[in-house]
Amino acid sequence: MSLDPARDPLDVDALLDDPKTRIVVCCGSGGVGKTTTAAALGLRAAERGRTVVVLTIDPARRLAQSMGIDSLDNVPRRVKDVQGGGELHAMMLDMKRTFDEIVEAHADKERAEAILSNPFYQSLSAGFAGTQEYMAMEKLGQLRSRDEWDLIVVDTPPSRSALDFLDAPKRLGSFLDGKLIRLLMTPAKMGGRAGMKFLNVGMSMMTGALGKLLGGQLLRDVQTFVAAMDTMFGGFRKRADATYRLLQAPGTAFLVVASPERDALREAAYFVERLAADDMPLAGLVLNRVHGSGAAELSAERALAAAETLDASGAPETLEASGAPETLEASGAPETREASGRAAGSAENLEASGIVDQEGGKVGLRNSSEFEAPDSPEASGSSPSTSSTEDTGSGSGSVSGSTSVEQLTAGLLRLHAERMRLLTRERHTRDRFTALHPEVAVAEVAALPGDVHDLDGLRAIGDRLASTRS
Amino acid sequence: MSRLQVVSGKGGTGKTTVAAALALALATEGKRTLLVEVEGRQGIAQLFETEALPYEERKIAVAPGGGEVYALAIDPELALLDYLQMFYKLGGAGRALKKLGAVDFATTIAPGLRDVLLTGKACEAVRRKDKQGRYAYDCVVMDAPPTGRITRFLNVNDEVAGLAKIGPIHNQAQAVMRVLKSPETSVHLVTLLEEMPVQETVDGIAELRAAKLPVGRVIVNMVRPALLDEAELELGLGGTPRTAIAKTLAAAGLGGARGAAGRLVGPLLEQASEYAERHALEGAQRAVLAGHGLPLHELPLLADGLDLAGLYELAAELRAQGVA
Repeated sequence: MSLDPARDPLDVDALLDDPKTRIVVCCGSGGVGKTTTAAALGLRAAERGRTVVVLTIDPARRLAQSMGIDSLDNVPRRVKDVQGGGELHAMMLDMKRTFDEIVEAHADKERAEAILSNPFYQSLSAGFAGTQEYMAMEKLGQLRSRDEWDLIVVDTPPSRSALDFLDAPKRLGSFLDGKLIRLLMTPAKMGGRAGMKFLNVGMSMMTGALGKLLGGQLLRDVQTFVAAMDTMFGGFRKRADATYRLLQAPGTAFLVVASPERDALREAAYFVERLAADDMPLAGLVLNRVHGSGAAELSAERALAAAETLDASGAPETLEASGAPETLEASGAPETREASGRAAGSAENLEASGIVDQEGGKVGLRNSSEFEAPDSPEASGSSPSTSSTEDTGSGSGSVSGSTSVEQLTAGLLRLHAERMRLLTRERHTRDRFTALHPEVAVAEVAALPGDVHDLDGLRAIGDRLASTRS
Repeated sequence: MSRLQVVSGKGGTGKTTVAAALALALATEGKRTLLVEVEGRQGIAQLFETEALPYEERKIAVAPGGGEVYALAIDPELALLDYLQMFYKLGGAGRALKKLGAVDFATTIAPGLRDVLLTGKACEAVRRKDKQGRYAYDCVVMDAPPTGRITRFLNVNDEVAGLAKIGPIHNQAQAVMRVLKSPETSVHLVTLLEEMPVQETVDGIAELRAAKLPVGRVIVNMVRPALLDEAELELGLGGTPRTAIAKTLAAAGLGGARGAAGRLVGPLLEQASEYAERHALEGAQRAVLAGHGLPLHELPLLADGLDLAGLYELAAELRAQGVA
């Protein structure tokens, strides 16, 4: 039906049904449908009887809505209308809130307030590259330790590098535990500048340089922050290490998500290698938006050749092969894609019609309204010679009246040729990946023509995820 | 024409490709452009099929009519050391700071500093002049972070203002913001005709405008060819008997009407109905984008995937559409 199945299909249901699977991490580059995959997996697992929480990082509004939750927040909310015996909860990571909670949990009230109101802390918790990754892992650890769910599905942040979530916790942990922090802490701890004389000359030069770079006031903010956080430092690295080990544990399964495009699969390959290097358990690759065809036995070349045959034979039957486009031009449309598509040879056809017309910033398909210009004299004048079509049921007779069954069939064949080209390209891209990583099991998800809006949409994706099994 | 052209877009929309095509298009006819990368992904090198780019401006392509495209992958750490050396003659201290973890702190952890360094380097290239007082580059094109982060990335002033109220970082941020908020800069958003990228684009436009950053154009990438018109769709999905299509397929030499050709009808019509659904969805998304009063451009999906030739094709298309 779709592409030839990959050598080693990934059995998604077996993974989700296995009670030993406790954490599924979805990772991959941006725009490949990671968050949607995480939500679809969570729903499927819940409907197969598990108690699931899905931790999303930055879901599109529509995806949150598709789970019936208008505003996902930092607390897991139960998703309604889940069928079967399980439960689905969903939440969205609020990194600032999560960071605040850590502070509140590990410092006494007064100290917590001092930290929370520190300008440096406020920027750090709201924005820096890495906080999101750190907090995602922190949240994962929290969810896991609460033990209220028997499966946690995690989406990973849309990092500049898809692997930042593995590195960022360590980086933040080592910063907060590191030499620099100790250095910065020294003056504050020892009661301000008086402490400086205990530092050696090199070190005071360092704070001097830092002060120059950051500005004195920022340095003071950092110092106050660091002093207030003092008691919490050991904890950061410890927790970062614990989460890292949790990711390596046998109950965790990584799914690398990609689309069948060169860049996404290159990133996926990099990911697979990195996970292996870090001893992270990879369950397989989810290949989203794969195109198939029910008529794969008809190649693009044969389809195009047949379309050309029809163009030629269709000519005498309608007034001319290009009867319809001429009508359109006469009715004031700019050169339409229809006209350029017909005029160009089949090979250039795809490109020629892909380059859309430009008219005052308005483009291509918007001209489609011109197709419904029944009051144009030419349009009504062109005799509906297509008696074979019996277009009694269709709404606007004058439109279909100018299109013959040959033109329609030729159009269907061109559409099929485009599909086959796409399919061939996707297969080629996928095969390049599987050749490099034959050990990776692959689940292919057939492309949906539209977007996901509701649980049914997520369910459909879940079905497609699981149907790769041969 | 703005001299700093920032290209953003949701992940997977091809913003690096569009940025590269734009740099090529702007270099046409003897101009010189600089294409900068700020996220350390080496996407430009992959696109131009060259080895990884160093932190150094390097010629990577020749544009039609003799223009040149240079590329630079900005590394925040090296940019910081550069900056320390340039302004404070802190070369040696820079190394010591690095050993201490301070460089790591400034470039990866300290909020906003990294972004000031990255945008600062790009702005420096925009303003740089040669000995004759001519601009070193006619235009700088930035392959910027994705739409979800672009406003925060460019709005370094706000990010840093709360932290560094005085001092060199503060001054640097001010200088960068003067360029970014001026007509010298233009921020373009790349999208696909799908709901999520379009929604993100719409949100991005609103955020950029709220931050008073100059929004330029919306570029719809990977637009699929229109292969069936509305009349054909209506005919195919409504009026035409399957047997008529089967006979026509048979006449075109694809087997018997009751055999091989006949079996094609179902799948072909199914593909047509998927096409119709997508077509309607794309039309709706196009209407959403058109409602924002920005110039809208479309680039075709390249049938055989993107290669270097395809990049030149897209550059020519951008020129034809008056983008460059």
